[in-house]
Amino acid sequence: MIALEAINVTKIYGSGVNAVKAVDDVSLSVRRGEFVALVGPSGSGKTTMLAMLAGLLKPSQGQIVIANKDIGQMSEGKRTQFRGRYIGFSFQANNLVPYLTAQENVELLLRLNGKLNRQGRQRAHDLLTRLGLGERLRNRPGQLSGGQQQRVAIARALIHEPEVVLADEPTASLDTERAHQVVQTFADLIHEQNRAGIMVTHDLRMCKYVDRVIQMMDGKVSRTIFDRRAILQLAGSASDLEGGTPSPAAEPASLGL
Amino acid sequence: MALYLAIKEVWRNKGRFSLIASVVALITVLVLFIAALAEGLASANREYIEKLNGELLVFQEGTQLSTTASRIGRSTIAELRRVEGVNAVGQVGFSSAKLLPPDGGDEINISLIGVEPGLPGEPTVFAGQQLERARSNNVIVDEGVIARIGAQVGDPIRIKVNRGTTEEFYDLNVVGLTDRRQYFFQPAVFAPMITWDKMRPESSGQSGTELVSNVAVVKASDPGALEPLIQRIDQEVKDVEAADRQTAWEAIPGYAAQQSTLSTQQFFTFFIGVLVVGGFFQIQTLQKVAQIGMLKAIGLSNWTVGWTALLQIVAVNAIGVAIGAAGTLALTSNFPVTVPISLTGTTALTSVVALLAIGPLGGIVSVIALLRIEPLRALGMAQ
Repeated sequence: MIALEAINVTKIYGSGVNAVKAVDDVSLSVRRGEFVALVGPSGSGKTTMLAMLAGLLKPSQGQIVIANKDIGQMSEGKRTQFRGRYIGFSFQANNLVPYLTAQENVELLLRLNGKLNRQGRQRAHDLLTRLGLGERLRNRPGQLSGGQQQRVAIARALIHEPEVVLADEPTASLDTERAHQVVQTFADLIHEQNRAGIMVTHDLRMCKYVDRVIQMMDGKVSRTIFDRRAILQLAGSASDLEGGTPSPAAEPASLGL
Repeated sequence: MALYLAIKEVWRNKGRFSLIASVVALITVLVLFIAALAEGLASANREYIEKLNGELLVFQEGTQLSTTASRIGRSTIAELRRVEGVNAVGQVGFSSAKLLPPDGGDEINISLIGVEPGLPGEPTVFAGQQLERARSNNVIVDEGVIARIGAQVGDPIRIKVNRGTTEEFYDLNVVGLTDRRQYFFQPAVFAPMITWDKMRPESSGQSGTELVSNVAVVKASDPGALEPLIQRIDQEVKDVEAADRQTAWEAIPGYAAQQSTLSTQQFFTFFIGVLVVGGFFQIQTLQKVAQIGMLKAIGLSNWTVGWTALLQIVAVNAIGVAIGAAGTLALTSNFPVTVPISLTGTTALTSVVALLAIGPLGGIVSVIALLRIEPLRALGMAQ
């Protein structure tokens, strides 16, 4: 079942001779339970695409449909409300509210949606425990490592059972080992909870955990990789296909990044 | 949600918010202190006139409502009594004298005020009795005198008056105590008009044997219709000028200048407060741009973000004002009675209300800045 669909989406910045097409007639869809990586060099349009999929930016043309609603047509206020209900986020940095504990950060989305009750609290507790943060529930972000903060952000992105979970460079500030742990956990949860997930990343090694890789170039989708072997080759760890352990140190394939 | 976030942020950043609350508290102390001083000085100047049991004061025409320059004789009092709408008229005379404390301490400057027993101008006593007799050595003293020398009903007091280069001493009996009725920054001793006339430093201005006072205090039959009465007095009585109490005390020399100086000080302190509070919250906003962008991105509305900030500003400011007001109250209550500080006036209340507004006023810029934060830009995702 398709959870998110972008139909002929174009984003143009500026106007007249200064107009720049950041995203050019892109169409894509993501099913529930599918985890997709959006990759490409700087300036390829992947972040702009993610911003539009998140409802943070209105497309110049085309439609973005989530939960059967075209979010491009919504007012700013409606889109904000929609994001709180249907979209889960994990950002590159500044993910968490510094004055809330790990548990409170996760519960924030439940509170926002009016769903903070005993069961919700228990779910937040269980999710954080599942992410290895059972001993860190009452710690504030400043008392957590970068990896732990990203895991809290993942829990927050999933706690309110959104249609779509989006992650922008979730491993940018993590060392290799923690980056693998975070993305693997993210992928596992998306699959288990049957959400649609999209991750923008520069780090092709993280593609080994996704089901599909969409490569963007000059604002267009230049390539889509469905094949598991090709994905693992791209991630530079084809040995995993035979059940081997991830190879954090493996060299990534070149995409011209 | 806004309340939840506001409380959590303040509680978990107690140090930072305590700092701004302390600054607000200090500004509050300063503003209230100036307000209390203004009120105290104003009271010290006008208290007697403010509490008069008559609605109008009548001055000699052309004296610009100066109690010192004005002279009102008995014949004028008789004319005033005939004006329609006048219920009663009393002569009041003002002079300065020195009170000699019974224990031999420093002489105390007093306002020696002559009043007619039973007529407007004579203060109501809370202990003892009214003056009753026109010719006697009986006096009523106000709380300012009581606080300074501990005078009680039945006590003798001695006052010193300078007549030219000679000093004259008068022994008087305290028959009544009244509340604070200072005039021209001095505690007051009220003597019968005839006694006062004998004691006052100068006798100039008297015409023949007529008893001359500085002003006449008029009690109106209808206190709600003073303006027509003022006009009638001005038309029907020769060479006089009537004014209501407020106009009269505002004409006291230096009163308006003193009050406007203090008001200016108060305004600038208030203005500095707005800038300081505004600056603090603006810096805090700048530090929180990414965090606010993230909150908006995950679904917090501008409404929630704005309310969160406003609640924090109002709460922190209110705490600061409360601490400052309590501190000022504690401070001023320990001041000796001779210091002209009064926190009971409407000026102090107005100041507290104004101080409660400095947070929202100062913080409005930061709230607007918060509302303008774009999630994409704040999160570094903008092109």
